[in-house]
Amino acid sequence: MNKAKPIIKAEHLTKQFGAHKAVDDISFHVDRGEIFAFLGPNGAGKSTTIKMLTTLLQPTSGSLVMAGHDVTKAQHDARQVFGIVFQDPSLDEELTAYENMMLHAALYKIPSRKAKEKTHKLLELLDLDGRKNDLVKTFSGGMRRRLEIARALLHQPKVLFLDEPTLGLDTQTRNLLWEYVTQLSHENGMTIFFTTHYLEEAQKVAGRIAIIDNGKIVATGTTAELMQQTETDSLEGAYLKLTGEAVRDEKISSGDNMAMRVRTVRSK
Amino acid sequence: MYAVYMLWKRQIIKFWRSKSRVLGTVLQPLLYLLALGYGLGSIVHRGGGGNYLNFLVAGVMAQTLLFSAFFWGMNILFDKRFGFLKDTAVAPISRFQLLVGNVLGGATISLIQALIVFVVALALGFRPSNIWQVPLAFASMALLATALCSVSAGIAARMEDIQGFQAVNNFLVFPLMLFSGVLYPLSGAPGWLQFIGNINPISYAVDGARATLIGQSHFGLGVDLAVMGMVALATIAFATYQFKKLQA
Repeated sequence: MNKAKPIIKAEHLTKQFGAHKAVDDISFHVDRGEIFAFLGPNGAGKSTTIKMLTTLLQPTSGSLVMAGHDVTKAQHDARQVFGIVFQDPSLDEELTAYENMMLHAALYKIPSRKAKEKTHKLLELLDLDGRKNDLVKTFSGGMRRRLEIARALLHQPKVLFLDEPTLGLDTQTRNLLWEYVTQLSHENGMTIFFTTHYLEEAQKVAGRIAIIDNGKIVATGTTAELMQQTETDSLEGAYLKLTGEAVRDEKISSGDNMAMRVRTVRSK
Repeated sequence: MYAVYMLWKRQIIKFWRSKSRVLGTVLQPLLYLLALGYGLGSIVHRGGGGNYLNFLVAGVMAQTLLFSAFFWGMNILFDKRFGFLKDTAVAPISRFQLLVGNVLGGATISLIQALIVFVVALALGFRPSNIWQVPLAFASMALLATALCSVSAGIAARMEDIQGFQAVNNFLVFPLMLFSGVLYPLSGAPGWLQFIGNINPISYAVDGARATLIGQSHFGLGVDLAVMGMVALATIAFATYQFKKLQA
């Protein structure tokens, strides 16, 4: 694999639920080591696309290749390649931070000694080592997010998916998160694929940006290219021009709904 | 294999940490043994039916196991709701291994509950007729626990609605128990009741335990274990199929 070859390549990707096309014939690529932002209004097809990229959903049609593996067929190989921080909480709250890490390591068949070493290092790096033996249910939102990031990095993925990783986090934690993510990309050559509703984050850290609306990619390029294309002077300006000002409704599954309620209750 | 072990361990740790679950495990069978054993026991004794408590032990073991294992799938629904299942769903591990780790966890917890019933029964004066056959009674229970946890996990893998799951399982669990010889011997039952008992897999597990604990059997121990073995395999196949379509 050389650097010129993209690490993610999606072609004519479509996902249809009944008569509704959630993702409608989209094609894009992400280069190795790139920080790629995937933006769009609620219900535009971001989550559906991420679910297809991470083997949680089978596309209706189209092809999807990640690091040389066909994501739709060689799911097992593709799963080895990426790590993901989900939009909704995904930790076992009844276990400790350390237990969550070691369970994840076992699922990825990381030898026990190496898993302990890496867990120790990552928890220290994300400033969680003092609380590693506490149950996750005692953690704040920011700590949980940091733990999810540590967990996603445990098996040294080539591609890291971050689905709205800064949602509900304070400014300090957000800054720390992006600083660390940028470092992962620049120093380790890790590819980052993320979604966010905070456009200034995308403008600051993303190399290239794709904007999806109504299941179709409406624009791809660097911030400068998007601004030029739309004759606006900020990413937000470009984004609004491309997607319009109207407020969207989003259909969500009951699982997401519950997770959202859990989070709302917790933030009170 | 290590992944399966860790998935199993996760369930055991969580069970042990929830003291209310552990307490319920001890209290519920005690209630059954006392209320049924002494309540119905006096009638049975008056009717010349011998020691009802002795008869009941295998049944209450199976019943306790039935109520805990048949609702085991709840933990999968909770993992869905709280999001943890997604992390296991994107892991490079076969769905079969995910299932086995999960089901073994549930089966172990259910078996611990059956063991507690056994110990409580011993304290209340129950004596197995042949102590060397006791492990065979638990083998029969282990097959039942595996089968029930698999069915439950398989159903849960395809559902989202926690209350719906409870409603469906409640609807199924009572007939499974009532028509299984948990409370009465199938041998003396009317023909139609025997027929339903014959097609109810729970009957064979209860009969297997009863055959080994008090030497009383309707089908014969060989048939019991063979049927339960096949039922366990069939349910694992069912659950594996459902897990392959798992939507986190």
